[in-house]
Amino acid sequence: MNGNNNHQAEEAPIVLEARGITKQFPGVLANDRIDLVLRRGEILALLGENGAGKSTLMNILYGLYHPDAGEIWIKGEKVTLHSPGDAISRGIGMVHQHFQLVPVMTVAENVILGEEVTKAGGYIDKRDANRRVRELSELYGLEIDPTIEVDDLPVGLQQRVEIIKALYRQADILILDEPTAVLTPQESNELFRIMHDLTEKGVSIIFITHKLKEVLAVSDRITVLRGGRSVGAALPSESTEASLAELMVGRKVILQVDKDDARPAEKVLEIKDLEVLDDRKHRVVKGLNLEVHAGEILGVAGVQGNGQREFVEALTGLRPIVSGKIFIAGEETTDATPREITELEVAHIPEDREKHGLVMPYSIADNMVLNRYYRPPFSRYSILDREEIAENSARLVEKFDVRTPSIYTHAGNLSGGNKQKVIVAREFSRPVKLLIANQPTRGIDVGSIEFIHNQIVAQRDAGVAVLLVSAELDEVLSLADRVAVMFDGQIVKTLPIEEATREYVGLLMAGSEA
Amino acid sequence: MELTAEPRRETTSWLIRNKWTVVFGVIIAGTIFAALDFSCNNLTCVTAVLSSSLRQSTPLILGALCGVIGERSGVVNIGIEGQMLMAAFVAFLANVYLGNLWMATLIGASAGAFMGLLLAWMAVSLRMDQIIGGTVINILAIGITGYFYIPGLTTQGKFAPITLGPLADIPLIGPVLFRNGPITYLAIILVFVLHYVLFYTRWGLRTRAVGEHPRAADTVGINVYKMRYINVILGGALAGLAGAFLTLEGVGTFERGMTNGRGFLALAIMIMGKWTPIGSWGAALLFGFTYAMQTQLQFKGVNLPPQFIGSLPYILTILVLAGFVGRSRAPAASGVPYEKE
Amino acid sequence: MTKATATEPVENRTTATLRRIWRGISVPLVAVLLGLLIGALLLIASGSNPIDAYRALIKGAFGSPVAIQRTLEKATPLIFSGLAVAFAFKAGLFNIGAQGQLLVGAVVAAYVGFSIEGLPAIIHAPLALLAGGLAGALYGYIPGALKTYTGAHEVIVTIMLNYVAINLTDYLADGPWKDPSPTNIVARTPKIFPSASLPLVGNVPSGFILALIAALVVWWLLYRTTLGYEIRTVGLNSSAAQYAGIRVARMIILTMMISGFLAGLGGSVETLGINGRFQPGFNTGLGFDGITVALLGKTNPFGVIPAAILLGAMRAGSSQMQFSAGVASEITDVITAFILFFVAADVIVKKLIRQRGVDDEQVKLSTGWSSH
Repeated sequence: MNGNNNHQAEEAPIVLEARGITKQFPGVLANDRIDLVLRRGEILALLGENGAGKSTLMNILYGLYHPDAGEIWIKGEKVTLHSPGDAISRGIGMVHQHFQLVPVMTVAENVILGEEVTKAGGYIDKRDANRRVRELSELYGLEIDPTIEVDDLPVGLQQRVEIIKALYRQADILILDEPTAVLTPQESNELFRIMHDLTEKGVSIIFITHKLKEVLAVSDRITVLRGGRSVGAALPSESTEASLAELMVGRKVILQVDKDDARPAEKVLEIKDLEVLDDRKHRVVKGLNLEVHAGEILGVAGVQGNGQREFVEALTGLRPIVSGKIFIAGEETTDATPREITELEVAHIPEDREKHGLVMPYSIADNMVLNRYYRPPFSRYSILDREEIAENSARLVEKFDVRTPSIYTHAGNLSGGNKQKVIVAREFSRPVKLLIANQPTRGIDVGSIEFIHNQIVAQRDAGVAVLLVSAELDEVLSLADRVAVMFDGQIVKTLPIEEATREYVGLLMAGSEA
Repeated sequence: MELTAEPRRETTSWLIRNKWTVVFGVIIAGTIFAALDFSCNNLTCVTAVLSSSLRQSTPLILGALCGVIGERSGVVNIGIEGQMLMAAFVAFLANVYLGNLWMATLIGASAGAFMGLLLAWMAVSLRMDQIIGGTVINILAIGITGYFYIPGLTTQGKFAPITLGPLADIPLIGPVLFRNGPITYLAIILVFVLHYVLFYTRWGLRTRAVGEHPRAADTVGINVYKMRYINVILGGALAGLAGAFLTLEGVGTFERGMTNGRGFLALAIMIMGKWTPIGSWGAALLFGFTYAMQTQLQFKGVNLPPQFIGSLPYILTILVLAGFVGRSRAPAASGVPYEKE
Repeated sequence: MTKATATEPVENRTTATLRRIWRGISVPLVAVLLGLLIGALLLIASGSNPIDAYRALIKGAFGSPVAIQRTLEKATPLIFSGLAVAFAFKAGLFNIGAQGQLLVGAVVAAYVGFSIEGLPAIIHAPLALLAGGLAGALYGYIPGALKTYTGAHEVIVTIMLNYVAINLTDYLADGPWKDPSPTNIVARTPKIFPSASLPLVGNVPSGFILALIAALVVWWLLYRTTLGYEIRTVGLNSSAAQYAGIRVARMIILTMMISGFLAGLGGSVETLGINGRFQPGFNTGLGFDGITVALLGKTNPFGVIPAAILLGAMRAGSSQMQFSAGVASEITDVITAFILFFVAADVIVKKLIRQRGVDDEQVKLSTGWSSH
């Protein structure tokens, strides 16, 4: 793999070029002299780990950030992008990882927002707007009903709205930031088809991802970022997953977790015909059945938004249950409170660590007792024992390798990986029978992922029943002893790990072959 | 492909979709009718109560409109009270020294707008806590109006009702709707203008987007700060009109602390009106009616302590809020300072 | 695990505490100076001499034992209402209703004070205090319960309840609890019995001492008990509180009741220590000033004390200022507004004094209207 790409034989003109882009944030050099070239009608994959500087670079190209140094050239012209408006007017469109859609507005309203066609007095003709959006969506094969509220759309279609939004602004350079994170393999394939159709119509695409398989499948060229620098360029035809992974991480990575075979024992968790509503009172868990045994890791695979969040919240007492039954260690916990469930020696690594797992303005010490503060030794007769709380956290910080200047540092000042370690340390520092881990490694660095994976396996080996819910299929496949596939609020199939191939599980995740 | 031009949701009956609003509306209308029936025995009395309701509601709806456009763009305005008070004072002084009611109205509205600018600066640019920002405005207004207050100033009178020709001769409706002061007419017009602007124009679409999801608006090139500044300043002008109403059309003079909590009531009215101009108007009228009834009931000599009747509007608000409006949805980003990445 | 890891953080803690204290007081200190400066500019602009005015203000507030006593008397209810508002803020609740809770407390304390005869002072005064506090707690229960059970926002409900409280107390003082003495024509309760009144300790009102104790208890409750931990967790992150098994709804009700209790105590102290009876209009603004005091004190129980003394001093000194310097007392409101502004806009002040970093556990007050 050489740094310079000698294979740019295509005669297609350069539509976008970044030269020496540098961006410094307090404490981090997010972009360090990055170069990038995009040609007309091609798909350029921008590959890199979380924190490699991909998003910063894209936000610079979209005018959201301003680079400290470097130049941006669009269609042969040197430009300075002061705002997204500047980028939009030069034909750059962006589909953000977190969709930038107003949920309570219709598809058409979202599409025209900022580029409204108005009549006298700024009046917006809604029929006319609907018609325009419909025509545009048909032209590019992106069918959608413009009058529906975005809130009522599944994520796949919300993404479509984002693409239409960019096309409506006559974008011919499209930046897609981690577009497949929320899609099934099948939906992803549909997206790739759309991407190819777009390139044939002359659109150029930058495709940001950290998924190696997708890069190899769709891109024309690859640029790899690591630690804020562009560390190489590659062609898919000359690359393998392993070679890209090494470029991306900078060292050989173990894609497989080392573990012995499971020795499952008695049943710890049993769920019968569970039904749960989401915040909007829609039934999203629809008769779910599941069992987890001591000493095994049951991995629940599924695309985000198939009821996993509500399922785990119901299981941990955070969300009321409509019908069905839950038993933990032989006791019925269907209507139990979170505290009663915790008291049954259940540990919970929540999906959203900043929302549920931690109190950001609290010190690490206070966070480390979040669900044991009311018991001795941390309190007696409702009076807190600060010494015990401090000693507890000093011990855990060392044991779980939390990188922090002090136990009195606010949790909010820690990195993602260290925040997650604080939660893991807290949950594992008491006797555990059942571990419920929802997206335990989302968005954290590779080192912390390895550490947490090993901790989870160690718990299993100590006889804990582990329920792992993850939208990262690779995480499920590398950790689980059995794989349960969740689709549309149900477990559609449970397989031993040996039978769980990527392809088969992918199909199940999409709802086929159930 | 099932893509028809018909808006999908319009097909379900309006009555069914809004059944609780309808039921509630019927109950309120019935109560109003019964109250009028109980306290009045002739048409003159009914007319008097109803026109008094409209007059009482004017500063409330103007204040509530101030809240609506501020919050729709994402800024909570707890300083409506202060903006009103300041504007009432400035409008009064302008009237004293210029002797021109129209100029005084304009100056009062400008004073409100200036207070709006101050709030916008604190909330948007300094990203100060918006509750504190509003509290600062309230205290400042009390301080400044009190400090510069000169007892014994006299004015050149106040706005007289303008009779709208033959319309005013329609029985009952005529004297109630078409014999009012100019600021009252303006307030009614503004309700519908703002409703139109908020829900049918580019300005409204952008304002709502900024209040719901500022980052989404930012990414399509809408200037979040500018939208918030302008909305909060315009809101200040509306609160200013409310203040001007008090000194130029309602009372005719200025007293210390004369807003007497109307700005806070306006906030409650805005919530009861579900952050819409027309809904707020309904709530403001209801409030105005309870005020008017207070006077009427006392006049009639009802055997109830006046303090009980005096509490009615407030207890009513609590009941309405707890009953069904409590779970209505505020603009998602209201109260949250926006920080560009 | 070793001794070293356990002791090191303890040292850290001492320095951290000192740093936190400096960080806590430096901004308000500068804010006060800036507020006075702007007030001075306004005085100059309106043709007054700020030096004369401020000298009279300080003399009226601290110039003699009697002046100090009056300052402390003015500060006492403000400490209570400030604590009430600050306590609610800790749970993420904005209790604008301290005013109403204070009124209810004041009238009930008066009732216990004038209606029961023959009790020894050691029982009567505490009983009246407690009754007033409980009345406030009960009045605080209403918005707390409405918020948890119906989602009605506490800001609006407490604003409304303030008006209801004015009417209610007015009714009591003008009706069933009206002073029946033949000379009385205004709405007011009879004078309380001497056994219920709070005495002076030297020149210090005993209510002020109670207020200091209350601040200490509130601090202890918030930072040294599991209840305080629960309340603060709810205020900082109610989702995490739920996750931790804390019953958020119960905490909201309880917090509003404790907040109401403190405000009610403030009203009682005012009745029993200063006015000697309840009279409508005598307690106006004490609860609203509690908001200012809580914000000036950065919602810290100990911060509330100097903030309340500051406001009390301005209230006590302003009449002297009006008398001897001819400056309208409302200038102190303008100064207060600017002090509050600079405390809240601490980015400006921190830039001035070159301080960096974030505050500890700074509560977000306006997180919008959505309930917990």
